[in-house]
Amino acid sequence: MPPAGNEKPNAREIFRVFAKIGITSFGGGLVAYLRDALVSDKKWMNEEEFLAALEIGQTLPGLNSVNVAIIAGRKLAGPHGAVAAASGLILPGVALLLLLGLLYDRFRHNPNVAAALAGVAAAAVGLLLQVTLKIGAKQFLNLRDLCFVLGTFYLVAFHHVSLPVVLFLVAPIAIILCRPTPTKPDA
Amino acid sequence: MSDLVKILNVFCLLSLLAVGGGSAVLPQMEHETVTLHHWVTGDQFATIYSLGQMAPGPNMSMVALIGWQAAGVAGLLIALVAFYLPSSFLTYGCSYIWDSFKDNPWRDSVQRGMAPITIGLMLAGVHAVGKTACINPNHTTPFNTVTCTIALAVTGILFAKHINPALLMLIGGVAGWFLLRGH
Repeated sequence: MPPAGNEKPNAREIFRVFAKIGITSFGGGLVAYLRDALVSDKKWMNEEEFLAALEIGQTLPGLNSVNVAIIAGRKLAGPHGAVAAASGLILPGVALLLLLGLLYDRFRHNPNVAAALAGVAAAAVGLLLQVTLKIGAKQFLNLRDLCFVLGTFYLVAFHHVSLPVVLFLVAPIAIILCRPTPTKPDA
Repeated sequence: MSDLVKILNVFCLLSLLAVGGGSAVLPQMEHETVTLHHWVTGDQFATIYSLGQMAPGPNMSMVALIGWQAAGVAGLLIALVAFYLPSSFLTYGCSYIWDSFKDNPWRDSVQRGMAPITIGLMLAGVHAVGKTACINPNHTTPFNTVTCTIALAVTGILFAKHINPALLMLIGGVAGWFLLRGH
């Protein structure tokens, strides 16, 4: 696939574009920011290239947004581009988190701050619940999927079954149940 | 084994197990950092998680704050590198060879099979932070009623309206300050 347009940027320019997203993306939804910047604004990738990167990013472990940054950075400027993209995306938020962490450490015993933080923490639980219900809507409505949703939830939340056990014992069962339909018998 | 090596081990493993985005590792992260290693308390974990949701950038950068609480600046750097580097290396390498297996029919099976497990893990993540942030046995019933109401209100509002979650969390903070000060 030919590159989508403009000539390839250097690592500094890549860092600048990703850092802008890293600074402004309050409240999440990073993939949409990435699409806007890479496809619509900078035209560094076309739509198909972006979707292919997203597909890889979603399939492999790691955060989708960071994985897309790695792939896009690599395509634009090799290893330097990948490092520039990922660090640009991650570091501004870390700097702000550090500041929030310092404030938290200093003021967490103040009853006003503690009350506000309890409200923020509760709101974050509500946000995660909403995201889970929204992206899981299809799975909740399918009986077999629902069994795996609830089974995984039950094992992990109440029996502290560890993540490696879930991924290496439960996941293969789920994957085999979803195996490609035109299977040919081994023989 | 020094704490730094433990931090490295824990977050490297979480990095490679972070399927379907970051939230799926939340229950395991809570178990490792609160119950096993006592780097943070359950309350701190829930707060640090919520700060991570408010800050811009990838929502799991809050691992930096856990590393920091565990072992200062060195812990912060190691947690961050350990959480992001292994999965990034994997992605970097796999993006070269992706084309050769993207049409493999098993890829679709893996995605369909993993989807409900990811959702189950995310629900367990809701439980992992909710058991201290919402239904906390150390708090009074009125306190827990308020926190549960805030959480469910946020869920409901997000379903009804497109609104920036960071803004909703600030509103949650104001509601908490207003309603929970006395407790």
